Amino acid sequence: MTAYADLPLIEQAIRTFAALILVTSFALLAQSRVVAAIQVFAWQGFLLAALTALVAWNSGLTHLYISAALTLALKALFIPWLLIRQARRLGILRDLDAVIRPGLTLMAAGALVIFCYNVVVPVREFTQVVTRDAIAVSLALVMIALLMLITRRKAITQVVAFMSLENGLFFAAVTATQGMPMVVELGIAFDVLIAAVIFGVFFFHIRDSIESLDVDQLSRLREIND
Amino acid sequence: MVNHLNLIAWLAALLQTALFVAMAPLFTIWVKRIKCTLQNRLPPPWSQPYRDFRRLFAKEVLLARTASPVFRIAPYIVCGTTIMAASIIPFVWVNIPFAVMADAIVLVGTLALGRFFLALAGMDVGTSFGGMGSSREMTFAALAEPAMLIVVFALAMLSSSTNLSTIIGFVLDQPLALRPSLLFGLLALILVGIVETGRIPVDNPATHLELTMIHEAMILEYTGRHLALMELAAQLKLTIYAVLTANLFLPWGISRSLDAAALGVSFVALTAKLAVLGALLAVGETLVAKMRLFRVPTFLAVAFTLALIGMLSFIMLEGR
Repeated sequence: MTAYADLPLIEQAIRTFAALILVTSFALLAQSRVVAAIQVFAWQGFLLAALTALVAWNSGLTHLYISAALTLALKALFIPWLLIRQARRLGILRDLDAVIRPGLTLMAAGALVIFCYNVVVPVREFTQVVTRDAIAVSLALVMIALLMLITRRKAITQVVAFMSLENGLFFAAVTATQGMPMVVELGIAFDVLIAAVIFGVFFFHIRDSIESLDVDQLSRLREIND
Repeated sequence: MVNHLNLIAWLAALLQTALFVAMAPLFTIWVKRIKCTLQNRLPPPWSQPYRDFRRLFAKEVLLARTASPVFRIAPYIVCGTTIMAASIIPFVWVNIPFAVMADAIVLVGTLALGRFFLALAGMDVGTSFGGMGSSREMTFAALAEPAMLIVVFALAMLSSSTNLSTIIGFVLDQPLALRPSLLFGLLALILVGIVETGRIPVDNPATHLELTMIHEAMILEYTGRHLALMELAAQLKLTIYAVLTANLFLPWGISRSLDAAALGVSFVALTAKLAVLGALLAVGETLVAKMRLFRVPTFLAVAFTLALIGMLSFIMLEGR
């Protein structure tokens, strides 16, 4: 048992970055403007890349530097740029995707964090990696992203939520097992890239067929000619 | 350990409170002067708040026909509770004897008592503005207080005490550490402070007749010395939040003994910290526009969430 203040600065920095990523997740949940949500998502990617680099430095695992660079390039720069470009072409960049009861949603997210912490207590007992404290945060990121997926109406914010969920999974891999094998990581990175492009195509298809990106309209069946 | 029956300690604590009250208008005018400079206006002189008090105390008190005794007592209670709150907070000296009797929860409670009477006074005369102001103040207070309390709890978990002197002592004793809980606690306290002291973007302290005003709406009917006391209470409250921010989260420099040299250093350090905080507040108020009244609950939900994340990250990331 060592006191928190006696930990090396880099481990304190890793924990602080983990907490900051959790904050971006909350911010994403409460952000109603499409462009702001994409920007927060970019920040989350940036913080995730910084945290991965710190873990790489702390553990001396060089392959984590490659993951950090991939995260920075894809999730902090390319995918946000792609999403903003698509939103601009669809003319929904400044649109609002109103959060239903923002206060209640944030409370629910807080409750999810507590739930996740309790779930991972046994996992924490059995791992020895320095980042084991952050496993609860990574699970919380996944859960908050799921919450965002079910509370949003617009397809584009749902895609942001989905990408944020992937951020949570990546974070879990980095903190719990010090990253996945390089082949798997590269595979996932390209999957996410392709997913972003395919989502972009789907935005246009959804808009062409129901003249809106509000996916609630997809839940009603209609005759073609009414 | 300080002997709590020590007469000198009590005298020093009283002097410290007097200094707190005397410095409050100075802090307010500092913020105002920086704001004026930033907005290309001629700043008022340093003595302006003191001159205002002298003028107001000399003026006759006018009471509305419908005013009840509550309306007349309220300024004394509001100002008294705020001065009491100021006396609980370590200003330039940590081990104040008041700390044994009153902790951070008492501080929140004392401020709440003052707010209760302020809201009563706003509704007492029966003008529509007063009622509106009171209802807004209480709405926001109901949301700001939990956030404030969670910040207090996070600090209490950190130092195993709700006593302000102990918390400050704990932060001073620790080696410098990057703590997410303190980081988010600081942010949450700043957001709560902005709401509680009625600064932009929540309320505009410079306006006296605007539909969305909160604090000014409640004290609209006050004149003379009553108004002076209400103004002093408001200025004190702003200084209380600034001193809390400075001393709880950046306590370095504060004196732990009654040694004259240490107290001098502590005073200079605190003045510098307050000057920086005031300048940041002025810059923030110049850059940000006032937000819609209905956005304020969301603003407070953010403060509450930050405080909650601060507390959770203490348990999750720093608990060992």
